[in-house]
Amino acid sequence: MAGIIAFVVPDTGGDMQSIDYIALRRTEEVVSILSSQNGSAKILCGGTDLLVQLREGRRKAGLVIDIKNIPALTQITFDSQDGGLHIGAAASCHQICSDPNVSKQYPGLVDGIRLIGGVQIQNRASVGGNLCNASPAADSIPALIVLEASCNITGPNGSRAIPVEEFCIAPGKNALQAGEFLTSINVPAPKEKFGAHYLRFIPRNEMDIAVVGAGASVVLDESGKRFIAARIALGAVAPTPLLASDAGAFLSGKEVTRANIKEAARMAQSIARPITDLRGTAEHRKHLCAVLVERALDKAIERAGGHFA
Amino acid sequence: MPNKTHITAQINGEEVEFLCEPRQSLLEVLRETLGLMGTKEGCNNGNCGSCNVILDGFLVNSCLVLAVETQGRSVITIEGIATPEGLHPLQQKFIEHAALQCGYCTPGFIVASKALLDRNPNPSEHEVREWLAGNLCRCTGYDRIVRAVMDAAQG
Repeated sequence: MAGIIAFVVPDTGGDMQSIDYIALRRTEEVVSILSSQNGSAKILCGGTDLLVQLREGRRKAGLVIDIKNIPALTQITFDSQDGGLHIGAAASCHQICSDPNVSKQYPGLVDGIRLIGGVQIQNRASVGGNLCNASPAADSIPALIVLEASCNITGPNGSRAIPVEEFCIAPGKNALQAGEFLTSINVPAPKEKFGAHYLRFIPRNEMDIAVVGAGASVVLDESGKRFIAARIALGAVAPTPLLASDAGAFLSGKEVTRANIKEAARMAQSIARPITDLRGTAEHRKHLCAVLVERALDKAIERAGGHFA
Repeated sequence: MPNKTHITAQINGEEVEFLCEPRQSLLEVLRETLGLMGTKEGCNNGNCGSCNVILDGFLVNSCLVLAVETQGRSVITIEGIATPEGLHPLQQKFIEHAALQCGYCTPGFIVASKALLDRNPNPSEHEVREWLAGNLCRCTGYDRIVRAVMDAAQG
């Protein structure tokens, strides 16, 4: 019997359960097919999260509905009336980051989106997918929250819109009801003297998931030395990305000073409820909140053309 | 038997027809149905870049593309990089700079580098390193790879 070796091939999760696939051309078809599938259909855009999760058995689907051939869902447009940005849910990260108007008007949004994976992922992953995947550490979400962005949702009962900060409800879970899907994201036009920034801490230079992410936006008065309004958001320190409303409200009407910035950062830090996991300890994450919020505010103030009072 | 879908795609410039199940990745079909074994499977979850191909001009991980998505589209694999006349300059420079040891990640690096040079014929070292951040090499290290790509860009 010499020479006979039995190899046991470990199950690497490499094979996906059988699925059906359909590529649709019209938004209305998506609604009717989603509704008819009793929750077993999943929307496919870039597949950078969904295909991995299906393969690993973390999500199940009988049918995947590819929506990235629906032109309305991949467009990036500026509203001719209010100047706001409208991002189709299936638009790729690359498409958004390489749009010169988006980079010019919303650098704080591009800060977050360009951090999602390397070139290969940027070319496929959509911001709609980053939202729907509802990771607590998703880089686009705090960036969208501080820009006061909203999610446009379509379903069997028509369309509705909700603020981005209400879209994620738990890790991997979003606010979509049965038969509903995310069609686009609206970002209001930047006000005068507006600036925003998103940054994260990771232990390497590229290709990682945020240990903590922080976004900030500010609107300053004409002098650039006083806050009219501010928004601060945190990622990876709670089951969902957080809007630190009190910290933002605190800055409203205050002078641009280091002490005020530090106090806002401390207030934002106080709502963080981080866990310890392989990326970092709860204590480290808590510390990072204050550091990153301060830096996000500094850069947002700089972009708004602000000065210390 | 699961239902198979009939797909027609352009692979390395030639029209190719194949049957695939909707669950099959482009990577799986390239290797197991079409016999194009140059594209490697590393992590099968989008982290390592071994399975890189160029889809309609965009660099992608073929493990994260369903084969059914390629209907009517163009795919360039490592097999489509050299010409009948000889190696692509990137391939030549990888050899000259000894930019590989085990070679498993090399097709992914070459395809990724080609996508870079197609877009930016004269990248800076920083641009090369940033572009290749989605490709992992566990034995050669990245210096020789970066040098080979920079040299190919200049040549």
